[in-house]
Amino acid sequence: MKKLINDPKAVVDESVEGFGLAHADLVTVFPDPKYIVRKDAPVAGKVGLVSGGGSGHEPLHGGYVGMGMLDAAVPGAVFTSPTPDQILPATLAVNSGAGVVHIVKNYTGDVLNFETAAELAQAEGVEIRTVLVNDDVAVQDSLYTAGRRGVGGTVLVEKIAGAAAERGDNLDAVAAIGDRVNQNVRSMGVALSACTVPHAGVPSFDLEENEIEIGIGIHGEPGRQKIPMENADGITDRLLDPVVSDLGLGAGDKVLLFVNGMGGTPASELYIVYRRAAQRLAEQGVTVARSLVGNYITSLEMQGCSITILRLDDEMTSLWDAPVHTPALRWGV
Amino acid sequence: MGLDVGWAVRWLTLSAQAMAEHRVELIELDRPIGDSDHGENMDRGFKAVMDKLAEAPPETPGAALKLTAMTLMSKVGGAAGPLYGTAFLRAATALGSTSDIDAATLATALQAARDGIVARGKAESGDKTMVDAWTPAIEAAAATAGDGDVRKVLLAAAEAAEAGAVSTDPMLARKGRASYLGERSIGHRDPGAVSSALILRAAAGAAE
Repeated sequence: MKKLINDPKAVVDESVEGFGLAHADLVTVFPDPKYIVRKDAPVAGKVGLVSGGGSGHEPLHGGYVGMGMLDAAVPGAVFTSPTPDQILPATLAVNSGAGVVHIVKNYTGDVLNFETAAELAQAEGVEIRTVLVNDDVAVQDSLYTAGRRGVGGTVLVEKIAGAAAERGDNLDAVAAIGDRVNQNVRSMGVALSACTVPHAGVPSFDLEENEIEIGIGIHGEPGRQKIPMENADGITDRLLDPVVSDLGLGAGDKVLLFVNGMGGTPASELYIVYRRAAQRLAEQGVTVARSLVGNYITSLEMQGCSITILRLDDEMTSLWDAPVHTPALRWGV
Repeated sequence: MGLDVGWAVRWLTLSAQAMAEHRVELIELDRPIGDSDHGENMDRGFKAVMDKLAEAPPETPGAALKLTAMTLMSKVGGAAGPLYGTAFLRAATALGSTSDIDAATLATALQAARDGIVARGKAESGDKTMVDAWTPAIEAAAATAGDGDVRKVLLAAAEAAEAGAVSTDPMLARKGRASYLGERSIGHRDPGAVSSALILRAAAGAAE
């Protein structure tokens, strides 16, 4: 294992500390219990947005703390849910009195820990709504039974719900738009190589030199099938087709097309995937109205990518376009 | 005579001892159907509870259980942390500020703990989870509470929980990580049901 680390047990501590130093203009980092809060939180009258999950998916979630997106992010250990003693103070820190929305990826540990924190926060008088993200179409035939996982769609839920909160929507309205994004977004990923969790020291799963895993989860959980390596267009079609059919996309639909890197894939390759996906959608009469390409929700150094499609309406489009100023996403400011 | 804060502290101390003694057994149970960390996590969690009890000795049984809840939530992690945390928190809420727990209140608190686990984990009886230890335990507690003897209630709960843990052997897991294995989960005892039985046995031991 070759990694730019000092101590496998200190990876999250040191990484989050560096993140806080690098982005001190935007965020404040609390080290113990660990959470990241928007510099000017709580923003008077605004609904607070809190997300979190295991570390190793950077820039998710800390990279999306700032104006127009999250008010707080709660990082767990690598690939391990954060605990209620972190989620609760993060929630309290961003509550202006207008209530707080928890954005939770659908993994058992995340769901249980956020639910527990929500119960504790409600006992302290904070109104909580939870938006559960479960956009991974690969899970249909997966070994896993806890339901569809939350993957690339999470970034879009955080951006659009964040913009709704920033424009002054109330608690129920922010949760409702988050749910609407989740209902209209689907994703599927592929791994070309495994990733290595620092404290484990060995790859999380096995892939032969000429083998890829279609439908991979963001922690390296198995997906739909292992197949021999193919070219980029072939792999793109294998990811795109289930997403398109699950969304029921057809001529006249407007979408946001998001090609995400898993951490170890160069941007040049992501654009080759984007090219094919955009061409295929155009052939089907689907308009790609907005796009996002890059490493936004990763699995450490895994090689691979995911394709996420969001069916847009006018409101979601204008909330997507709204100004955002975070370490990892910034426009309109 | 009811149960006081001394009983609560003895209960938690005996639980911590049981987790340390059965750490390897719980890890071995978790290996084929989970991710081999249950014994480690529970041992770490209850050791932290011991530290917290020493730092700030609680004044009521409810306070002791609330402190336990918060500590387990932050130190156990995974799914077991919030599940046990919620169980102890609900029991603490049911006890309120009472300093002397009678049999009826005890049965109510145990029921609140079980209900918390069900509310959090959404598991039902027969899903091969800790609920399969807790549900027979609270039924046995309710059935004996009428006699007014707290020791009898705790003993009945412990015995029923132990039998409940054994009853998970032939079950097909429908919740938690073991559910991913489908048929392959049959023939293994659920580690969460076993740790639950250990905790309830410790509660009875603390009242002797």
